[in-house]
Amino acid sequence: MNRRRTLITAIAPLLVVVGVFVLVASAARSPIKSIRPEKVTESVVDSAEVETIVHRIDRLFSDRWHEAGLEPAVPAVDLTLYRRLSLVLLGTVPSLEEIRLFESDGSPDRIDRWTDRMLSDRRFADYFARRFSRFFVGTDEGQFVVFRRDRFWAWLGNQFHENRPYDAIVRSMIADRGLWTDKPAVNFVAAVVTEGVVDHNKLAGRTARAFLGQRIDCAQCHNHPFADWKQAQFEGLAACYGQLNISGVGVEDNNDKKDKPPYLIQDRLTLNDRNVEPSVPFHPEWMPETGKTRERLAAWVTHPDNRRFDRAIVNRVWGLMFGRPWIQPVDDLPNPNEAGSDPQDLLDLIGADFRSHGCDLKRLIRTIAATRVFRTSSQHSAFDEGDNSDRVEETWAAFPLTRLRPEQVIGSMLQASSIKTVDQNSHWTIRAVRFFRELDFVKEYGDLGDDELTERAGTIPQALLRMNSNFAAEWTKSTIFSAAGRIAGMAPDDDACLDTCFLVCLTRHPTREERSVILKQLEGTKKDERSRVVEDLFWTLFNAPEFCWEH
Amino acid sequence: MDSSRRDFLRLAASTLGLSFAVPGLDLRAAEARGAERAKSFLTIWLGGGQSQLESWDPHPGTRIGGEVSSIKTTIPGLEIADLYPQSAEQLHHLSVIRSMVSKEGDHERASYILHTGYRPEPTLVHPSIGSIAIHEQPNAAVEIPQFVSLGDANFPPRGGFLGDRFDAYRIINPGETGQNIKALVDQDRQGRRLKSLGVVSQSFMQGRRAKVEQTLHQHTIDAALRMMTSEQLNAFSIEQEPKQLRAAYGDNAFGRGCLVARRLIEVGLRSLEVSLQGFDTHAKNHEGQAARARTLDPALATLLKDLVDRDLLQSTIVLVTGEFGRTPNINPLGGRDHWPNGFSCLLGGGGLSSGLVIGETDPEGEAKQPKDPIEVADLYATILHRLGVDYAKEVITPIGRPMKFCAGQPIERFL
Repeated sequence: MNRRRTLITAIAPLLVVVGVFVLVASAARSPIKSIRPEKVTESVVDSAEVETIVHRIDRLFSDRWHEAGLEPAVPAVDLTLYRRLSLVLLGTVPSLEEIRLFESDGSPDRIDRWTDRMLSDRRFADYFARRFSRFFVGTDEGQFVVFRRDRFWAWLGNQFHENRPYDAIVRSMIADRGLWTDKPAVNFVAAVVTEGVVDHNKLAGRTARAFLGQRIDCAQCHNHPFADWKQAQFEGLAACYGQLNISGVGVEDNNDKKDKPPYLIQDRLTLNDRNVEPSVPFHPEWMPETGKTRERLAAWVTHPDNRRFDRAIVNRVWGLMFGRPWIQPVDDLPNPNEAGSDPQDLLDLIGADFRSHGCDLKRLIRTIAATRVFRTSSQHSAFDEGDNSDRVEETWAAFPLTRLRPEQVIGSMLQASSIKTVDQNSHWTIRAVRFFRELDFVKEYGDLGDDELTERAGTIPQALLRMNSNFAAEWTKSTIFSAAGRIAGMAPDDDACLDTCFLVCLTRHPTREERSVILKQLEGTKKDERSRVVEDLFWTLFNAPEFCWEH
Repeated sequence: MDSSRRDFLRLAASTLGLSFAVPGLDLRAAEARGAERAKSFLTIWLGGGQSQLESWDPHPGTRIGGEVSSIKTTIPGLEIADLYPQSAEQLHHLSVIRSMVSKEGDHERASYILHTGYRPEPTLVHPSIGSIAIHEQPNAAVEIPQFVSLGDANFPPRGGFLGDRFDAYRIINPGETGQNIKALVDQDRQGRRLKSLGVVSQSFMQGRRAKVEQTLHQHTIDAALRMMTSEQLNAFSIEQEPKQLRAAYGDNAFGRGCLVARRLIEVGLRSLEVSLQGFDTHAKNHEGQAARARTLDPALATLLKDLVDRDLLQSTIVLVTGEFGRTPNINPLGGRDHWPNGFSCLLGGGGLSSGLVIGETDPEGEAKQPKDPIEVADLYATILHRLGVDYAKEVITPIGRPMKFCAGQPIERFL
């Protein structure tokens, strides 16, 4: 542990130099336009087709609401939707710069077009890569020498940015060979190496959970208590990684020759070693008979008939977009109906569309973002009356209120402290600050681990961090560069000043009530005193539940 | 979904509501002494893995003994490494286990099992023993966090599936009040900030009242504000302690941490951890362990004496352990590597038997397993049982899987 830290400390300056070089080099190579197109010229998919699937989803929900005798929440207003999408897809609230552009776009389909715009923003690819990495490679520190999370992030970000088909991405992770730096996909397997030993069980468990939405880990020791997983199925899956070999040349496979070493496991009862042959827990006919074992496994996992694969990613993306997966826990889905895809089952419905359109992740996101259920308000009269509030929630008749992830909180604070958009076009020092401050903040705020979609309440240290930390001091401070300072100095009048603060922090205009209380504080103030009022207002807005929760 | 919401509300009432709504309700209990006082659990965490051979289980003069010699202790017949002369004088207050076994040799995974009694699992995070203690026995009189971790621990104890609220509150630099405790602005401005916050929160409540209340956002802010102005915060600073006593604990982060821990126990905290890093001696083991001992020995000995003097030891369980021990074999760099098969810990106080010496390791370093091996889960069943917590209680985890607080059995000899 100490040695590793020493190593990291020793190479840190070098990393910074390399980092700067890479940033400069990439900036030189790619003109800004190619990174963030000003306008998305055309949607990758035929919009009429998306409409069909969106309508089918909408019908599914309206039938449910009708059955439950519930009126769904009204549609959310566009600014709320814009904030929602920005938090979900980019991990921050929109900047004032973006909000002004959005507000000046008067066309009725602006949400659709702005969704597209966000999906082609590099920030989307990077942010989603971080989120996906959590369940692909976990959040354990891992062994730095054989596992390079940074490379994996960057690689995955590239895949998302290019919109490479999801099944192809997964096949790379399961079956690629080579060095963790050169072939970053292999970090999926390298992440389970501890003290030089490959944890085949962990790989098997992760394969089933991350890609198929099935928890068969417990079958490692015993048969699953209620699902039908058997220990032998788990062992066979683990044996699929049995010929994996990690050395100085990277991730390789032992030769599939006759003399390959057997994959042995110790029997828990007899304590004798048993030889286990690779096998898959269901539908062995989907597994090709020839090829390297990991390649055969990759083909089986992503086989077009393997609906678990489609259902798992749909549930996962649904979870990332609503802050709550369709089925909880996100990686323990009921078995699909063997008789065939069930159009009344949301995961089957969207999953089939996902598969028939080439496992297109952006299309999947665009589809969900266009549904009525995604676009409903989080306000519902039942939540005030308290009677039907559980049923409203169970039927998704209102958008769920979920706690923002630490990265979203800090991303939003940082964005709100600046008028301009903080993205890949920002000065590299701003981006470096964002990167390192984000790590610090997440550490102090409490990392959610791999299991990020479980619902949790906030904690006292988090409240203290938002209220009293130097992060809070720094980002509410009124300077010539900060949003607080510029708004205090440049807003033409009190009304505009208040309005802009609300837009920057909460992506909405203040209510009459808020106006009447807070305008009094601004009244007649000048210079320093005015700055202090605006600082206080920023503090207030950062600590408001509305800022810390997705709604 | 339904049951989790009920849990949520129940927790809101029990942990936040109760403990902060009625401060000072039971101050007399916090002042109580002797066996009547409600029990606290204090872990001295030796991060990196203390060498049993250079501490509580030396084998001087053998192939594996290294450069250490042994000295007598206040437990008749028991000798420990000469690096711990002060602790040797206080050892009769505790017992020594020389046969701890676990199955994890990686720092992170081993720290997990030594905090929770369970091996890490991919689908579930188990709560630490300290978190279970405050979950089961919250102290309504405490306005500051119920579980505090002092020092820069790499893997601080967590609430796991019980919830983040049961994580240990971290004081990285003991002796200081803690991070983010002081308001950034004067009272007038703080008042203005909170007043506006009330208005903005009200607008968010519209059409969402039930949901917003479930977030506990306002409860958490209120609790934080109460903490920021609580007199109990004084327990975090040691300026009022006599100079001599501070010197005896040691003027370093760990010594201060132990002293603060004692002060927090007096306030009524149930769960504490003080951590000392730097035991991971893969090279120059003897020098490394000796250097750590110079910090640990005076602090531990003074702490035990201080707890006895104040009649707090009968109500405070003290556990001294790291994530594992170190190999009998000395590597070519003069270091010892990770060793989870027969390492040592100290346990006592809180009415547990003292003066016991449990287990035995092979002086030749040949045998893989110690005699009379003690599993981590049994150690924790013993501690929970003595704290008055139903260690075998089954709770339903968020994923719907029933799980016992602790899968072990209490060790009879301690009870």
